[in-house]
Amino acid sequence: MTALQDVVLVVVALAGTATVTVREPLRQAVVAGFFGLALSVLFFVFGAPDVALSEIVVAAVAVPLMVLLALAKIAETDVDEEDDGA
Amino acid sequence: MSRRARGALFGAATVVLAVVLVSAVAELPRPSAPPPRSAKLSTSVSLHERHGTDTVAGVTFDLRGFDTLGEELILFVAAIGSAVLLRAQRDPELLERAAHAADERRPRTASALRALGALLVAPMLVLGGYIVTHGHLTPGGGFQGGVMLAGTLLLVYAAGQMAALERMHPQALVELADALGAAAFALVAVGGLVFASAALANFLALGVAGHFLSGGTIFVLEVSVGVEVTGAIALVLNELLDQTLIREG
Repeated sequence: MTALQDVVLVVVALAGTATVTVREPLRQAVVAGFFGLALSVLFFVFGAPDVALSEIVVAAVAVPLMVLLALAKIAETDVDEEDDGA
Repeated sequence: MSRRARGALFGAATVVLAVVLVSAVAELPRPSAPPPRSAKLSTSVSLHERHGTDTVAGVTFDLRGFDTLGEELILFVAAIGSAVLLRAQRDPELLERAAHAADERRPRTASALRALGALLVAPMLVLGGYIVTHGHLTPGGGFQGGVMLAGTLLLVYAAGQMAALERMHPQALVELADALGAAAFALVAVGGLVFASAALANFLALGVAGHFLSGGTIFVLEVSVGVEVTGAIALVLNELLDQTLIREG
Protein backbone atom coordinates (compact mmCIF):
# COMPACT_ATOMS: atom_id res chain seq x y z
CA MET A 1 0.00 0.00 0.00
CA THR A 2 1.38 3.40 -0.94
CA ALA A 3 1.76 6.32 1.47
CA LEU A 4 -0.96 8.21 -0.42
CA GLN A 5 -3.43 5.41 0.21
CA ASP A 6 -2.55 5.43 3.92
CA VAL A 7 -3.07 9.18 4.15
CA VAL A 8 -6.43 9.04 2.37
CA LEU A 9 -7.63 6.20 4.61
CA VAL A 10 -6.82 8.31 7.69
CA VAL A 11 -8.60 11.34 6.18
CA VAL A 12 -11.69 9.21 5.49
CA ALA A 13 -11.66 7.91 9.07
CA LEU A 14 -11.42 11.46 10.44
CA ALA A 15 -14.13 12.79 8.13
CA GLY A 16 -16.43 9.88 9.01
CA THR A 17 -15.95 10.51 12.73
CA ALA A 18 -16.56 14.23 12.20
CA THR A 19 -19.83 13.46 10.37
CA VAL A 20 -21.07 11.48 13.36
CA THR A 21 -19.93 13.98 15.99
CA VAL A 22 -21.59 16.98 14.35
CA ARG A 23 -25.10 16.92 15.80
CA GLU A 24 -26.73 19.82 14.01
CA PRO A 25 -28.43 18.49 10.82
CA LEU A 26 -27.63 21.51 8.65
CA ARG A 27 -23.92 21.37 9.44
CA GLN A 28 -24.02 17.60 9.23
CA ALA A 29 -25.24 17.78 5.62
CA VAL A 30 -22.20 19.87 4.70
CA VAL A 31 -19.74 17.72 6.68
CA ALA A 32 -21.24 14.59 5.12
CA GLY A 33 -20.56 16.15 1.72
CA PHE A 34 -16.90 16.54 2.63
CA PHE A 35 -16.87 12.94 3.87
CA GLY A 36 -18.20 11.90 0.45
CA LEU A 37 -15.46 13.88 -1.29
CA ALA A 38 -12.82 12.17 0.88
CA LEU A 39 -14.37 8.80 0.00
CA SER A 40 -14.23 9.61 -3.71
CA VAL A 41 -10.52 10.45 -3.39
CA LEU A 42 -10.11 7.09 -1.64
CA PHE A 43 -11.81 5.26 -4.51
CA PHE A 44 -9.66 7.12 -7.02
CA VAL A 45 -6.42 6.34 -5.18
CA PHE A 46 -7.39 2.67 -4.99
CA GLY A 47 -7.89 2.58 -8.75
CA ALA A 48 -11.66 2.93 -9.18
CA PRO A 49 -12.21 6.25 -11.01
CA ASP A 50 -15.70 5.25 -12.18
CA VAL A 51 -16.89 4.67 -8.63
CA ALA A 52 -15.14 7.88 -7.52
CA LEU A 53 -17.14 9.90 -10.05
CA SER A 54 -20.42 8.32 -8.92
CA GLU A 55 -19.47 9.00 -5.30
CA ILE A 56 -18.75 12.66 -6.06
CA VAL A 57 -22.08 13.31 -7.73
CA VAL A 58 -24.12 11.36 -5.18
CA ALA A 59 -22.37 12.50 -2.00
CA ALA A 60 -21.54 16.08 -2.97
CA VAL A 61 -24.54 16.98 -5.18
CA ALA A 62 -27.60 14.76 -4.86
CA VAL A 63 -27.69 13.84 -1.15
CA PRO A 64 -26.81 17.28 0.36
CA LEU A 65 -29.35 18.96 -1.95
CA MET A 66 -32.13 16.59 -0.90
CA VAL A 67 -31.21 16.86 2.78
CA LEU A 68 -31.08 20.68 2.62
CA LEU A 69 -34.46 20.85 0.86
CA ALA A 70 -35.98 18.47 3.41
CA LEU A 71 -34.52 20.55 6.27
CA ALA A 72 -35.93 23.74 4.76
CA LYS A 73 -39.31 22.06 4.57
CA ILE A 74 -39.39 20.84 8.17
CA ALA A 75 -37.75 23.95 9.67
CA GLU A 76 -41.08 25.69 10.35
CA THR A 77 -42.82 22.51 11.49
CA ASP A 78 -40.08 22.08 14.06
CA VAL A 79 -40.64 25.55 15.51
CA ASP A 80 -44.41 24.96 15.72
CA GLU A 81 -43.96 21.72 17.63
CA GLU A 82 -41.54 23.30 20.08
CA ASP A 83 -44.08 26.04 20.75
CA ASP A 84 -46.78 23.43 21.40
CA GLY A 85 -44.55 21.60 23.84
CA ALA A 86 -43.71 24.69 25.83
CA MET B 1 -32.43 -0.03 26.63
CA SER B 2 -30.37 1.63 29.32
CA ARG B 3 -27.58 4.02 28.46
CA ARG B 4 -25.03 1.56 29.74
CA ALA B 5 -26.34 -1.37 27.72
CA ARG B 6 -26.37 0.80 24.60
CA GLY B 7 -22.77 1.83 25.28
CA ALA B 8 -21.70 -1.80 25.72
CA LEU B 9 -23.49 -2.81 22.50
CA PHE B 10 -21.89 0.09 20.64
CA GLY B 11 -18.44 -0.79 21.98
CA ALA B 12 -18.71 -4.47 21.05
CA ALA B 13 -20.08 -3.66 17.58
CA THR B 14 -17.31 -1.11 16.97
CA VAL B 15 -14.59 -3.59 17.94
CA VAL B 16 -16.04 -6.27 15.60
CA LEU B 17 -16.39 -3.75 12.77
CA ALA B 18 -12.85 -2.46 13.30
CA VAL B 19 -11.37 -5.98 13.22
CA VAL B 20 -13.30 -6.88 10.06
CA LEU B 21 -12.39 -3.62 8.31
CA VAL B 22 -8.71 -3.77 9.19
CA SER B 23 -8.39 -7.39 8.09
CA ALA B 24 -10.28 -6.59 4.86
CA VAL B 25 -7.99 -3.66 4.04
CA ALA B 26 -4.91 -5.77 4.87
CA GLU B 27 -6.14 -8.39 2.37
CA LEU B 28 -6.52 -5.87 -0.47
CA PRO B 29 -4.40 -6.79 -3.49
CA ARG B 30 -1.14 -4.82 -3.75
CA PRO B 31 -0.97 -2.32 -6.63
CA SER B 32 1.94 -4.35 -7.99
CA ALA B 33 0.02 -7.64 -7.89
CA PRO B 34 -1.13 -9.14 -11.20
CA PRO B 35 -4.82 -8.36 -11.91
CA PRO B 36 -7.27 -11.18 -11.13
CA ARG B 37 -8.58 -13.33 -13.99
CA SER B 38 -12.01 -11.69 -13.97
CA ALA B 39 -10.44 -8.27 -14.51
CA LYS B 40 -8.43 -9.47 -17.52
CA LEU B 41 -11.46 -11.27 -18.98
CA SER B 42 -13.87 -8.36 -18.64
CA THR B 43 -11.32 -5.93 -20.07
CA SER B 44 -10.67 -8.26 -22.99
CA VAL B 45 -14.42 -8.73 -23.64
CA SER B 46 -15.12 -4.97 -23.46
CA LEU B 47 -12.26 -4.09 -25.75
CA HIS B 48 -12.42 -6.88 -28.35
CA GLU B 49 -16.11 -7.71 -28.47
CA ARG B 50 -17.58 -4.24 -27.85
CA HIS B 51 -14.72 -1.91 -28.87
CA GLY B 52 -15.15 0.11 -25.65
CA THR B 53 -12.11 1.34 -23.75
CA ASP B 54 -13.89 1.79 -20.39
CA THR B 55 -14.24 -1.68 -18.93
CA VAL B 56 -16.73 -0.55 -16.31
CA ALA B 57 -19.10 0.66 -19.05
CA GLY B 58 -18.58 -2.64 -20.84
CA VAL B 59 -19.57 -4.54 -17.69
CA THR B 60 -22.59 -2.36 -16.80
CA PHE B 61 -24.05 -2.13 -20.29
CA ASP B 62 -23.04 -5.45 -21.79
CA LEU B 63 -22.10 -8.22 -19.35
CA ARG B 64 -24.78 -7.18 -16.84
CA GLY B 65 -26.83 -4.91 -19.08
CA PHE B 66 -30.11 -6.46 -17.98
CA ASP B 67 -29.38 -5.57 -14.33
CA THR B 68 -28.72 -1.99 -15.42
CA LEU B 69 -32.09 -1.92 -17.19
CA GLY B 70 -33.70 -2.90 -13.87
CA GLU B 71 -31.77 -0.17 -12.05
CA GLU B 72 -32.89 2.43 -14.59
CA LEU B 73 -36.51 1.40 -14.14
CA ILE B 74 -36.11 1.56 -10.33
CA LEU B 75 -34.91 5.16 -10.60
CA PHE B 76 -37.69 5.97 -13.09
CA VAL B 77 -40.41 4.52 -10.85
CA ALA B 78 -38.94 6.15 -7.72
CA ALA B 79 -38.94 9.60 -9.35
CA ILE B 80 -42.48 9.20 -10.69
CA GLY B 81 -43.62 7.86 -7.31
CA SER B 82 -42.25 10.79 -5.34
CA ALA B 83 -43.75 13.23 -7.86
CA VAL B 84 -47.19 11.59 -7.58
CA LEU B 85 -47.05 11.56 -3.77
CA LEU B 86 -45.85 15.14 -3.38
CA ARG B 87 -48.20 16.55 -6.01
CA ALA B 88 -51.36 15.03 -4.54
CA GLN B 89 -52.24 18.15 -2.55
CA ARG B 90 -50.63 20.75 -4.75
CA ASP B 91 -52.39 23.54 -6.58
CA PRO B 92 -50.41 24.99 -9.53
CA GLU B 93 -51.69 28.54 -8.98
CA LEU B 94 -50.88 28.42 -5.29
CA LEU B 95 -47.41 27.18 -6.17
CA GLU B 96 -46.79 29.99 -8.64
CA ARG B 97 -47.87 32.59 -6.07
CA ALA B 98 -45.68 30.92 -3.45
CA ALA B 99 -42.70 30.94 -5.81
CA HIS B 100 -43.08 34.64 -6.56
CA ALA B 101 -43.71 35.48 -2.91
CA ALA B 102 -40.59 33.54 -1.94
CA ASP B 103 -38.63 35.39 -4.62
CA GLU B 104 -39.75 38.76 -3.30
CA ARG B 105 -39.48 37.96 0.38
CA ARG B 106 -36.08 36.41 0.10
CA PRO B 107 -33.25 38.80 0.89
CA ARG B 108 -31.60 39.66 -2.41
CA THR B 109 -28.93 37.15 -3.19
CA ALA B 110 -25.49 38.75 -3.09
CA SER B 111 -24.45 39.79 -6.60
CA ALA B 112 -21.19 37.88 -6.23
CA LEU B 113 -23.14 34.66 -5.60
CA ARG B 114 -25.48 35.36 -8.52
CA ALA B 115 -22.53 36.05 -10.80
CA LEU B 116 -20.70 32.93 -9.66
CA GLY B 117 -23.82 30.80 -10.15
CA ALA B 118 -24.45 32.21 -13.62
CA LEU B 119 -20.79 31.77 -14.47
CA LEU B 120 -20.78 28.11 -13.40
CA VAL B 121 -23.92 27.08 -15.29
CA ALA B 122 -22.35 26.87 -18.76
CA PRO B 123 -19.15 24.98 -17.71
CA MET B 124 -21.28 22.56 -15.64
CA LEU B 125 -23.51 21.88 -18.66
CA VAL B 126 -20.49 21.25 -20.89
CA LEU B 127 -18.78 19.01 -18.32
CA GLY B 128 -22.00 17.06 -17.66
CA GLY B 129 -22.55 16.60 -21.38
CA TYR B 130 -18.94 15.50 -21.85
CA ILE B 131 -19.17 12.92 -19.07
CA VAL B 132 -22.46 11.55 -20.43
CA THR B 133 -21.18 11.19 -24.00
CA HIS B 134 -17.76 9.75 -23.17
CA GLY B 135 -18.85 6.96 -20.84
CA HIS B 136 -17.72 4.26 -23.28
CA LEU B 137 -14.22 5.79 -23.58
CA THR B 138 -13.28 7.12 -20.15
CA PRO B 139 -14.53 6.75 -16.56
CA GLY B 140 -17.90 8.31 -16.01
CA GLY B 141 -21.06 7.88 -18.00
CA GLY B 142 -24.78 8.48 -18.07
CA PHE B 143 -25.40 8.37 -14.34
CA GLN B 144 -22.55 10.61 -13.24
CA GLY B 145 -23.08 13.14 -16.01
CA GLY B 146 -26.85 13.05 -15.53
CA VAL B 147 -26.64 14.00 -11.86
CA MET B 148 -24.32 16.87 -12.81
CA LEU B 149 -26.80 18.14 -15.40
CA ALA B 150 -29.64 17.91 -12.88
CA GLY B 151 -27.50 19.76 -10.34
CA THR B 152 -27.00 22.55 -12.88
CA LEU B 153 -30.76 23.19 -12.89
CA LEU B 154 -30.59 23.71 -9.14
CA LEU B 155 -27.59 25.97 -9.60
CA VAL B 156 -29.89 28.30 -11.53
CA TYR B 157 -32.12 28.38 -8.46
CA ALA B 158 -29.19 28.93 -6.11
CA ALA B 159 -28.14 31.90 -8.26
CA GLY B 160 -31.49 33.43 -7.35
CA GLN B 161 -33.27 33.01 -10.67
CA MET B 162 -36.34 31.22 -9.35
CA ALA B 163 -38.71 33.38 -11.42
CA ALA B 164 -36.64 32.67 -14.54
CA LEU B 165 -36.73 28.97 -13.75
CA GLU B 166 -40.52 29.09 -13.34
CA ARG B 167 -40.94 30.92 -16.64
CA MET B 168 -38.90 28.29 -18.41
CA HIS B 169 -41.25 25.65 -17.00
CA PRO B 170 -38.69 22.89 -16.86
CA GLN B 171 -41.22 20.59 -15.20
CA ALA B 172 -42.66 19.30 -18.49
CA LEU B 173 -39.18 19.04 -20.01
CA VAL B 174 -37.85 17.20 -16.97
CA GLU B 175 -40.69 14.67 -17.01
CA LEU B 176 -40.21 14.16 -20.74
CA ALA B 177 -36.46 13.53 -20.25
CA ASP B 178 -37.14 11.01 -17.49
CA ALA B 179 -39.65 9.09 -19.61
CA LEU B 180 -37.70 9.32 -22.88
CA GLY B 181 -34.46 8.08 -21.32
CA ALA B 182 -36.13 5.08 -19.71
CA ALA B 183 -38.04 4.29 -22.92
CA ALA B 184 -34.86 4.55 -25.02
CA PHE B 185 -33.03 2.07 -22.77
CA ALA B 186 -35.95 -0.38 -22.95
CA LEU B 187 -36.16 0.04 -26.74
CA VAL B 188 -32.43 -0.72 -27.16
CA ALA B 189 -33.00 -3.86 -25.05
CA VAL B 190 -35.89 -4.89 -27.33
CA GLY B 191 -33.78 -3.94 -30.36
CA GLY B 192 -31.27 -6.59 -29.30
CA LEU B 193 -34.09 -9.16 -29.36
CA VAL B 194 -35.29 -8.04 -32.80
CA PHE B 195 -32.04 -7.35 -34.67
CA ALA B 196 -29.60 -9.64 -32.85
CA SER B 197 -29.63 -12.75 -30.71
CA ALA B 198 -30.84 -11.60 -27.30
CA ALA B 199 -32.10 -8.65 -25.26
CA LEU B 200 -29.43 -5.90 -25.14
CA ALA B 201 -27.19 -7.75 -27.60
CA ASN B 202 -25.32 -5.28 -29.78
CA PHE B 203 -26.95 -4.52 -33.15
CA LEU B 204 -25.06 -1.36 -34.16
CA ALA B 205 -21.72 -0.88 -35.87
CA LEU B 206 -18.91 -1.21 -33.31
CA GLY B 207 -16.57 1.38 -34.80
CA VAL B 208 -12.89 1.73 -33.93
CA ALA B 209 -12.05 1.32 -30.24
CA GLY B 210 -11.15 4.70 -28.78
CA HIS B 211 -13.07 6.73 -31.35
CA PHE B 212 -15.99 8.89 -30.23
CA LEU B 213 -18.58 6.89 -32.18
CA SER B 214 -17.70 3.39 -31.01
CA GLY B 215 -18.95 0.72 -28.67
CA GLY B 216 -22.20 0.09 -30.59
CA THR B 217 -25.23 0.14 -28.31
CA ILE B 218 -23.11 1.03 -25.24
CA PHE B 219 -22.87 4.62 -26.48
CA VAL B 220 -26.64 4.84 -27.09
CA LEU B 221 -27.35 3.31 -23.67
CA GLU B 222 -24.99 5.75 -21.90
CA VAL B 223 -26.73 8.72 -23.49
CA SER B 224 -30.22 7.40 -22.72
CA VAL B 225 -29.21 6.77 -19.11
CA GLY B 226 -27.83 10.32 -18.98
CA VAL B 227 -31.11 11.78 -20.23
CA GLU B 228 -33.14 9.64 -17.84
CA VAL B 229 -31.01 10.36 -14.76
CA THR B 230 -31.03 14.10 -15.52
CA GLY B 231 -34.82 13.97 -15.68
CA ALA B 232 -35.30 11.76 -12.63
CA ILE B 233 -32.97 13.65 -10.26
CA ALA B 234 -34.21 17.04 -11.46
CA LEU B 235 -37.81 15.86 -11.02
CA VAL B 236 -37.24 14.74 -7.42
CA LEU B 237 -35.31 17.92 -6.53
CA ASN B 238 -37.97 20.08 -8.20
CA GLU B 239 -40.76 18.40 -6.25
CA LEU B 240 -38.88 18.86 -2.95
CA LEU B 241 -38.19 22.50 -3.85
CA ASP B 242 -41.89 23.11 -4.61
CA GLN B 243 -42.81 21.63 -1.23
CA THR B 244 -40.38 24.00 0.48
CA LEU B 245 -41.83 26.99 -1.36
CA ILE B 246 -45.44 26.11 -0.48
CA ARG B 247 -44.46 25.72 3.14
CA GLU B 248 -42.81 29.13 3.14
CA GLY B 249 -45.59 30.85 1.20
